[in-house]
Amino acid sequence: MSADAHHLSGHGQDTHDPHAHSEGGHGTVKGYVTGFVLSVILTVIPFWLVMGNVLDNSLVTTLVILALGGVQMVVHVVYFLHMSTKSEGGWTFMALIFTITLVAIMLSGSVWVMYHLNHNMMPMDAHDVMNNAR
Amino acid sequence: MFANLDLQQLILGRFTIEQIPYHEPILQATFAGVAVVGLAVLGVITYFRFWGPMWRDWITSIDHKKIGIMYCIFALVMLLRGFADAILMRSQQAIAFGSEQGFLPPHHYDQIFTAHGMIMIFFVAMPFVTGLMNFAVPLQIGARDVAFPFLNNFSFWMTVAGGILVMVSLFVGEFSRATWLAYPPLSEASMSPGVGVDYYIWALQIAGIGTLLSGINLIATIVKMRAPGMTMMKLPIFVWSSLCTNILIVAAFPILTAVLAMLSLDRYVGTHFFTNDLGGNAMLYFNLIWIWGHPEVYILILPAFGVFSEITSTFCGKRLFGYTSMVYALVVITILAYLVWLHHFFTMGSGADVNSFFGITTMIISIPTGAKIFNWMFTMYRGRIRFEVPMLWVVAFIVTFVIGGMTGVLLAVPPADFVLHNSLFLIAHFHNVIIGGVLFGMFAGVTFWFPKAFGFKLDEFWGKMALVFWVSGFYVAFMPLYVLGLMGVTRRMQHFDDPSLQIWFVIAACGAALIACGIASQIIMFVVSIRNREKLRDLTGDPWGGRTLEWSTSSPPPDYNFAFTPVVHDSDAWWDMKNRGFDRPLKGYRPIHMPKNTATGAILAALNFTFGLAMVWYVWWLAALSFVAIFVVAIAHTFNYNRDYYIPADTVSRTEGQRTRELEMA
Amino acid sequence: MMHAETAPPGAAAPVFYQTDEEGHHSEGSTMLGFWLYLMSDCLIFATLFATYGVLGRSYAAGPTPKDLFDLSGIAVNTAMLLFSSITYGFAMLEMDRDRIKQTQIWLAVTGLFGVAFVFLEIREFVHLFHEGAPPWRSAFLSSFYTLVATHGLHVSVGILWLVILLVQLRKHGLIVENKRRLMCLSMFWHFLDLIWIGVFTVVYLMGVLE
Repeated sequence: MSADAHHLSGHGQDTHDPHAHSEGGHGTVKGYVTGFVLSVILTVIPFWLVMGNVLDNSLVTTLVILALGGVQMVVHVVYFLHMSTKSEGGWTFMALIFTITLVAIMLSGSVWVMYHLNHNMMPMDAHDVMNNAR
Repeated sequence: MFANLDLQQLILGRFTIEQIPYHEPILQATFAGVAVVGLAVLGVITYFRFWGPMWRDWITSIDHKKIGIMYCIFALVMLLRGFADAILMRSQQAIAFGSEQGFLPPHHYDQIFTAHGMIMIFFVAMPFVTGLMNFAVPLQIGARDVAFPFLNNFSFWMTVAGGILVMVSLFVGEFSRATWLAYPPLSEASMSPGVGVDYYIWALQIAGIGTLLSGINLIATIVKMRAPGMTMMKLPIFVWSSLCTNILIVAAFPILTAVLAMLSLDRYVGTHFFTNDLGGNAMLYFNLIWIWGHPEVYILILPAFGVFSEITSTFCGKRLFGYTSMVYALVVITILAYLVWLHHFFTMGSGADVNSFFGITTMIISIPTGAKIFNWMFTMYRGRIRFEVPMLWVVAFIVTFVIGGMTGVLLAVPPADFVLHNSLFLIAHFHNVIIGGVLFGMFAGVTFWFPKAFGFKLDEFWGKMALVFWVSGFYVAFMPLYVLGLMGVTRRMQHFDDPSLQIWFVIAACGAALIACGIASQIIMFVVSIRNREKLRDLTGDPWGGRTLEWSTSSPPPDYNFAFTPVVHDSDAWWDMKNRGFDRPLKGYRPIHMPKNTATGAILAALNFTFGLAMVWYVWWLAALSFVAIFVVAIAHTFNYNRDYYIPADTVSRTEGQRTRELEMA
Repeated sequence: MMHAETAPPGAAAPVFYQTDEEGHHSEGSTMLGFWLYLMSDCLIFATLFATYGVLGRSYAAGPTPKDLFDLSGIAVNTAMLLFSSITYGFAMLEMDRDRIKQTQIWLAVTGLFGVAFVFLEIREFVHLFHEGAPPWRSAFLSSFYTLVATHGLHVSVGILWLVILLVQLRKHGLIVENKRRLMCLSMFWHFLDLIWIGVFTVVYLMGVLE
């Protein structure tokens, strides 16, 4: 957000666009249908990959379905949430980027920290885990 | 049919009359004191027939200025409670050596340090910060209110509801003994089966909703409601710091909400997030709560930085040195604040590579903070410094905060942290930055903006007395803790065996007494100032020779803040207007569109309080009832489409005419 | 770098007050404010995902995802949400054309898909309870239920909100306030759909893959 700070207009109250236009429109039939079709495809593929055991390597499958999930989220943001870099003077987009950054930090950071913790502090094998639970 | 006991459980949950600690002498005295003061306040309100105006003009008010003031009053009241806890701890530790056990048993002492930490952060520092932002931000950007005035009122009352819930725990049941962040497994049902942790959880959840909503509100206000011409790089620096703070709030408080929700699921439903058995992992709680916790530190300090910046440039009569670098420093801190959380638990055992990563990021985040210190000093350099009370707080802050910052960088080194973790050195460090940074900043801000809010300055002599006592008290109270910490003395101890340590704790207790004098001076300051208000009156609305827009309107500002929206050409907009000569328009007033007052916020908060209390005591019928009531009231509120009105042009004209006469008198 | 001081006194004074402004516009803030709320909600889900990421393998010798999840049921569930997303989209398009009847019909259809989703989810939970997999069985199940049920709770609140909006549409028609509310709910609804993508990918599909 820092780099853009200079370019942002300060005319908070000056967005006197006619109302129908001011929210950047609510899409078109074509937009929604495109989004829907893409979503269906992007949902069916991962389900098919997992349920049909298409790829032998489960690591590859994991990466592929994660990537497809990511792409589908982008599809939703673009076609359903009508997010663009210009809506609300760019602030919603900036908020989105900031949130995505934080989510990435939190998810990867937590897993990284806790993985190392478990690795260092809890050297338990499956057998111990079983016994502890019983 | 139900046995008698079952019926009682059905109606009162786990509450029994024994839960009221009437046998504890300290609490008896406290209760008597609270009752006397409370009755006196109620009596005064009744005597002066203040109930009506209080309801109409304050409780239901959606005016950001009044809400801001109420936040600050709430914070000051809670400061007294939190400080009472501090005095108890300091005196206990000063006497409990060897065979002497002191006057606080561990059971009670643990509640006190938990309450002290939690109250000071959530119900003193947070409302203080939010209050100042609420009051000043709309005025500084030339707006007439915040973006969502009703939400603002609701947020405030939610914060108060949380605070009251904590206070109730003093007299009904007990408070948490599981430290200010309720660390599991100690805070789990197996270790803390009582109501304490539940009070803690619900107080924070309720107040947290308020904090989150006010964060969203202020971001939307700053983004959307700036006066024409006020581009981002012409924002007053306090507004920039508020923007960053509120971004941090919106991006951090949900994490706290989710973590506490999981802890309450563990306690209420029996899940295994943070338990010791069936796969739970207590350290996950530490990890998650500090992802909130570290940004929280910056949520508190950034607004203080903003206040110091405004005051420095005002009282040096100079533009702030390095405005752009200040803004970038704020933004960098906002992002880096999310990359340092592990330094709160280096000793957890994540290993060298994890620790070094977070150690390095922690050291990096001190760079923008250091840059700010230089900016303030260069603003003072060759300025015409007027050492009035707000500026004196700034000087006290710079010296004190630098020490706190340096010990912080020391703690950022993982090997050093292994020695100092959980020692009194850490306690000294964070009090050093929170008192020396946040609290001094808030006091400076209150002194600075008080004349704007009420139309008269605060008494200077007692302001200086408060400063002297607070600053000296701080050093006397906390420097010994650095020494003790380096000797390896740990925190949260109710009793010590080694008598050679006692002298340091006695010194620290003396420091606490000095701080008590500081607080007393502040109370006297308010009383004296109110009594001498005619002598301290400021008619200009600009008592300090201010630079930003809030000083362009009258003190106190009218409901609508500005009869005409100012047009901004320069970052110090008001200074620019004064410099270039402006004509205050004296006619052509128009009706001003304003939101209506509403009681919904206070009612919703009261229902939330009831819900919280019912959940704490397992009174399920009341919990269900108040939960449904919350929804019903909230939904009913959405059916009210008639939420605003116009201040007629006549009224505006009359108010502004009054202002014209005052300006002529001044 | 030294800043230039403000313009010298005596320079021509520009306009310092807006004397011809119209009424104050605060409507423009709602969409931004609601978006910020969604971002904060997103972080609540992120916390729950992080928890699931850490605890998702802590079975405590209890049932594992492979034993529990029925992917075809989840596929049906996903379809419900996807359909509801596009029907809400159609409602918004009708709203833009100021056709209240069609708007209400599409909204009602959306609500029904939502109800179907919640119903299927509850049925899945009941089934899991019968399988001996309640949330207090293991940390994996605790984090699983919390994540999925939080999403389900959001959908339920969305349905309640939708019903209220239908009533308000009936009472006041497609006025500006109601349109704004419909747009907020639209964002909320699509946002929940987006979260669900994460849920079915990370929890269900990856769970079964192990």
